[in-house]
Amino acid sequence: MFTPAAQAMAAQLGLKPGRANLEAFAETLQTLAQADRNLVAVTSDSRGSGKLAPYGKALPRQIIEVGIAEQNLVGITAGLAACGKKAFGVSPSCFLTARSLEQIKNDVCYSNVPAVLVGISSGVSYGALGSTHHSLHDLAVLRAIHNLTIIVPADNAETRAAVRYAAQATRPVFLRFGKAAMLDVTPAGATFTAGRAVTLREGRDVAFLANGETVVHALLAAALLAEQGVSARVVSLHTVKPLDTATVLAAGRECRAVITVEEHMLTGGVGEAVASTLLQAGLAPRFKMVGFPDEDTVTGAQADLFRHYGISMEGLAATALALLGR
Amino acid sequence: MTDRDLALKSFALRRRMLRLIHEAGAGHTGGGLSCLDLLNVLYYRVLNVSPQTVDAPNRDRYVQSKGHCVEALYTVLADRGYFPDADLDTVCHYQSPYVGHPTRKIRGVEMNTGALGHGLPICLGMALAAKLDAASFRVFTLLGDGELAEGSNWEAAMAASHHQLDNLVAILDHNTLQITGHTREVMANEPLDEKWRAFGWEVRSVDGHDYAQLTAALTTPPPKGKPLFILAHTVKGKGVSFMENVAKWHHGVPSEAELAQAITELTAAEAKLKEAAS
Ligand SMILES: [Mg+2]
Repeated sequence: MFTPAAQAMAAQLGLKPGRANLEAFAETLQTLAQADRNLVAVTSDSRGSGKLAPYGKALPRQIIEVGIAEQNLVGITAGLAACGKKAFGVSPSCFLTARSLEQIKNDVCYSNVPAVLVGISSGVSYGALGSTHHSLHDLAVLRAIHNLTIIVPADNAETRAAVRYAAQATRPVFLRFGKAAMLDVTPAGATFTAGRAVTLREGRDVAFLANGETVVHALLAAALLAEQGVSARVVSLHTVKPLDTATVLAAGRECRAVITVEEHMLTGGVGEAVASTLLQAGLAPRFKMVGFPDEDTVTGAQADLFRHYGISMEGLAATALALLGR
Repeated sequence: MTDRDLALKSFALRRRMLRLIHEAGAGHTGGGLSCLDLLNVLYYRVLNVSPQTVDAPNRDRYVQSKGHCVEALYTVLADRGYFPDADLDTVCHYQSPYVGHPTRKIRGVEMNTGALGHGLPICLGMALAAKLDAASFRVFTLLGDGELAEGSNWEAAMAASHHQLDNLVAILDHNTLQITGHTREVMANEPLDEKWRAFGWEVRSVDGHDYAQLTAALTTPPPKGKPLFILAHTVKGKGVSFMENVAKWHHGVPSEAELAQAITELTAAEAKLKEAAS
């Protein structure tokens, strides 16, 4: 995932290696389910990919298998939630948010049942497997649906907090997790609130507004830029919807440049959400969106694709310098 | 209420529904008439739910998968006392909560439906919730025969027997017509009894306008572990001569004159039934 230089920078910043967000999710869900018999997970032959095999062994009565049938998975999750169950529908994000989009729109969001949908192995976690297995569209389509909180955690701490939030939410929630091991970026003692972004590093020249597995790369880039006298702010915009517009506007007002970073198509992602927030408030900082362009997506491991599309310490630092005219 | 009481009530419900559709200027007339007896028997005889228990955790659930026939549902719910009859005058009006497909904003409606192929999977979730809680409530859905072309129904059909959901009942309003024409011409779906049996369901074939048959089929428990499929043979446009078995009445709206003729026919048939029994 990281170049040797990025690894060295991570060590210098004292970023501790964590596990995959998916593993933190599964472990948290099991802890919650052990304490609450009302919590159930629904899987579409996806308990292995969802790291839920131990959960399934420990709590066989609280996991429902539907087979490879994602439309049915979402309908069943909605029906369980409508009858008072705390239901988590867990399936690869590429299938969950495309094949069963109508069930998400109608059965969950329009019917307003407190179901939780978990898009696993999201973005290009399955980068080498081709576009069938990429979920680079999911946030765009889900953002366009009313009544859904969308959270893309950056690290294990945000993941654990997001799962706990979702378990007590009274309205629909979508969570998105990748499967690469993350570095811990959340400062000790930070509190997680859905809809409120977390500022991981202060800065005035440029602000990186990032989410999910890209955040750590922005943080490393900020440290690299500091060595060159550039002060970079880094924000984990973990909640894509509702967007923390106050934090976005503060970045637009206080920094000379704003760069959004996401593991998603540039079309309809968090970059466009940030751009529209800034423009409608009359703010026009120098602006760049980093993510996946509208092209036949290159395939390869997630780390390769991140580097290819400039989501790396070196790539993001170069983008910032270019944007600042340095 | 006796079978005859329910049959007599069905005339008033049909008249009310047709007036509603005429006033709203929109609606699903043919399918509404074909499923009206099914709803009548469900809400007055089968479902363990009432306006007083509409929020009770152990109430029976009914989800109308063929959501487009909402006028029949609204008519029966109003008659059953879930909301005032006058509310029916606002169906499809600007900003009315009585939208042209079921929504949970309306008292007694369990889920928002309207896109086809959604009701059965939702009902599986509800039936699973009952099993997890060892609760005794049953879960019912109403499917259209055109709707069966949606693949999600078959995902759910497979999963229902896999999970042994004998608290789940799917009723097919088998009027053999859909918007374009005869179902066998649009997308042949027979033999439905064999298909559902092959998916592990208990299948009961009934006349969908016969209250005794419907009651027996819906209230006799299925074999342990088997979900129940009621193949209800119905007539699209049932009760109005010029609407029966005519596909264009799928969402045809009766004119003033057509409404008057329909009401005359229904009232005459009602009088005949009253006479016959007295
Ligand atoms: Mg039909």
